[in-house]
Amino acid sequence: MAFEGIGAAVKRREDGRFLAGRGHYVDDMNRPGQVYAYIRRSDRPHARIRNIDTSAAAAAPGVIAVYTGADMAADGIGGLPCGWQIHSKDGSPMAEPPHPVLAIDKVRHVGDPIAVVIAETRMAAKDAAELLVIDFEDLPGVADIRAAIAAGAPLVHDEVAGNICYDWHIGDRDAVEAAFARAKHVVKLDLTNNRLIPNAMEPRAALGECDIAGHYTLSTTSQNPHVIRLLMGAFVLHIPEHKLRVIAPDVGGGFGSKIYHYAEEAIVTWSAGKLKRPVKWTAERSESFMSDAHGRDHVSHAEMALDEDGHFLALRVSTLANMGAYLSTFAPSVPTYLYATLLAGVYKTPAIYAEVKAVFTNTVPVDAYRGAGRPEAAFLLERLVDTIANDTGIDRIALRRANFIPADAYPYQTPVALQYDSGNHEMTLAEALKAADYAGFPARRAEAARRGKLRGIGISTYLEACGIAPSHVAGALGARAGLYEVANIRVHPTGSVTVFTGSHSHGQGHETTMAQLVADQLGVALDQVEIVHGDTGEIPFGMGTYGSRSLAVGGSAMVKAMDKIIAKGKRIAAHLMEAAVEDIEFKDGAFRVAGTDKSKALAEISLAAYVPHNYPIEELEPGLEETAFYDPKNFTYPGGCHVCEVEIDPETGVTKVVNFAAVDDVGRVINPMIVEGQVQGGVAQGIGQALLESAAYDANGQLLSGSFMDYTMPRADNLPNITVGTEITLCTHNPLGSKGCGEVGAIGSPPAVINAVVDALKEYGVRHIDMPATAERIWSIIAANRPKMAAE
Amino acid sequence: MPKISLKVNGKAVSAEVEGRTLLVELLREKLGLTGTHVGCDTSQCGACVVHVNGDSVKSCTMLALQADGADVTTIEGLAQPDGTLHPMQAMFREHHALQCGFCTPGMVMSAIDIVQKHPEGLSEAEIREELEGNLCRCTGYHNIVKAIAAAFPLMHQKQAA
Ligand code: FES
Ligand code: FES
Repeated sequence: MAFEGIGAAVKRREDGRFLAGRGHYVDDMNRPGQVYAYIRRSDRPHARIRNIDTSAAAAAPGVIAVYTGADMAADGIGGLPCGWQIHSKDGSPMAEPPHPVLAIDKVRHVGDPIAVVIAETRMAAKDAAELLVIDFEDLPGVADIRAAIAAGAPLVHDEVAGNICYDWHIGDRDAVEAAFARAKHVVKLDLTNNRLIPNAMEPRAALGECDIAGHYTLSTTSQNPHVIRLLMGAFVLHIPEHKLRVIAPDVGGGFGSKIYHYAEEAIVTWSAGKLKRPVKWTAERSESFMSDAHGRDHVSHAEMALDEDGHFLALRVSTLANMGAYLSTFAPSVPTYLYATLLAGVYKTPAIYAEVKAVFTNTVPVDAYRGAGRPEAAFLLERLVDTIANDTGIDRIALRRANFIPADAYPYQTPVALQYDSGNHEMTLAEALKAADYAGFPARRAEAARRGKLRGIGISTYLEACGIAPSHVAGALGARAGLYEVANIRVHPTGSVTVFTGSHSHGQGHETTMAQLVADQLGVALDQVEIVHGDTGEIPFGMGTYGSRSLAVGGSAMVKAMDKIIAKGKRIAAHLMEAAVEDIEFKDGAFRVAGTDKSKALAEISLAAYVPHNYPIEELEPGLEETAFYDPKNFTYPGGCHVCEVEIDPETGVTKVVNFAAVDDVGRVINPMIVEGQVQGGVAQGIGQALLESAAYDANGQLLSGSFMDYTMPRADNLPNITVGTEITLCTHNPLGSKGCGEVGAIGSPPAVINAVVDALKEYGVRHIDMPATAERIWSIIAANRPKMAAE
Repeated sequence: MPKISLKVNGKAVSAEVEGRTLLVELLREKLGLTGTHVGCDTSQCGACVVHVNGDSVKSCTMLALQADGADVTTIEGLAQPDGTLHPMQAMFREHHALQCGFCTPGMVMSAIDIVQKHPEGLSEAEIREELEGNLCRCTGYHNIVKAIAAAFPLMHQKQAA
């Protein structure tokens, strides 16, 4: 039998159904008696709703019901909750304005849901929604973060002065001021982290059902069904857990955007209860653009103090972060504990101070998107480091090496709260430079120049934090949820195994990776292990999948549950083989009496556990099934080095990424094929952010990039082949040593790409370029600087 | 409502459709063939690609009425009745060319058409250009391109045989 355990590139077991067209996504589900919801959304950024006339819509053919915010309020339905509370510098809690499920009195962003029409067919619902007559009084809106905090800016929420959600800080301000006072050089940089629209290929969908006894089921495109059950059940609809089942079946990509509890989930569940018919809603892509939580959208100023040799003395950062019109589920945590705590990066900067103002605007709520805060931190730092190299003339690699946290300094306490457990930045840097043939670059640049092309190379050496933890620490920092993960492992009488995990797979291949892990540890064949996820009716509990936590946290819960299985198995084996428990060893799927040839296979033990005829029934319960909750002791800290090589056509400004090499330290790898795919996908999104993607609003808050015609998604011909390598240091505090690989690609790549673009344009005097570095932006820079160059 | 008759995955079917019903709605909602997906409303993503009379077509951009009398193949109709995968499906699995699987049916249908329309062979750059009409948010396309290149000899060998 081929090796299928930890470290094997096993082909994915989920592929069979996906390739045959037998995936099971929410919109593929249909129930007898099902009706369809269509949501009428605001087409304006900011307006008072004077009146909603539903009569024509309600009378339209096929319409069953029309509901507005007033109907939900009359039923005592609450607003959408926020799962993280930040306190400002002065100790006051953040502004947390209400987030009604359907708008009440006012709309605050394009896409804000106003009313729902429920009809026998999708088209009937959509037709009738056009008949709703909404009397708006338009109000001035604001989309840009700087404009929103300017004096006299329109207020998104009347009760939130200055549109400031919170004004937070971290670090030792005095130490930083002192370091700046004695610095030899200070290098400053202003930069923007562009707003992105996640655009998982499967649009969000939700199907609500309610049976005659008042049991509700919500099938939804979610990364964390238990979290949705808790948030929607407890805070919005007031349905207790035992009467609410949430199913997240096959989900077509998430990247963060499917973590949050969205209005539509509450709308279909609540209306299914009122109508006692299944209610289905599926987003059209245009709705996704204006209702899925967006990502990033920071404006920052950064300053580094340096000594005469280029050692970093202190870092000072101030950031404005866009929250959008309402607080999405985890939005407040992103520009604070997932961003500013990462500002040490891979460097031993002794003092850091960061202030972050979170700002409301008339735009779609912003929340975590692949990387969540860490890409913003990595972009800021790695651009700043290259700018320091540019301004001081120190070689950018030598500068990095001089400031790296050395491998022997781990565990390493940063000045911004985190304690890194392991890493080796010299190793990933060296490997990446080799993989990218960095040494051969000057020849390639010269060759490109002969063809009239501008070639540049850029690197980023980054670190990030995954598997957010531990619960009590996160709680002290404002989290309103636990951050553990749950596994239930059921060894069946004949020795096959079902694993119920609270993690959720929406492309990550958990059904394969996690089965490999369990098969390896229990010593059973891979096809004897089945992974079940995504259903609160089957799985004890779970926090879901985000922040690259599934293996590091979810996998660790499985290891813990398996430890319990093995411990119980040993006691059964000791009884059957008449030996002392201490003398039983478990290896390769068998329990052995040490020093003898006596052994029992796992299947023999499980059979004895379920048919307890010869069994220590006085001391042990029958059965072989264990549940474990694993609460991580610390974050994990993946990191690495990305090298990007670009070629720019000065005639058109078009940038082609000609080479991309990523060498990442993701800790222990279970399935290298899947890890490579995760990194490639992340890098593609990072290249998209750096060169192509931008969620554009006009000043008032009208969404300008509301479809794939206006928002540039990376296509196959925009991207290069992506070389992926891994260099491992093990995570020291979880039993697997795994760190996480889902986001590294999207975190490490944007600064590598922009550093390469700036490098390519260096003859034009370019010091920095904001993302996305589109052809138009680059062409304008080249055009503006060409006469100057010619004159010189 | 007008009635149409067509062949889908080798089987004769007929259905009554509204004038505005799209081919993808007919497939997903009336015929229960949910393997064909809808990823956008502007004919950009290619999640909905099927073959109509041997050509790849975005089924979100064709009226069901226009398919009257046509021969339609969807992702469900690719594998042999015994479950043996089409070489393109097999190479997608072999090369890990899918993650969430949502773009996959359209991607596979497009890929087959690309390979069939280029018996002379395709460079990597040409495969990338030909994939212009299909979006994937998960894979970064690297492995999709590899899978298509790997399926090429298998498909043309089979046709030659
Ligand atoms: S559904 Fe996007 S192109 Fe057809
Ligand atoms: S595999 Fe998820 S969109 Fe392509």
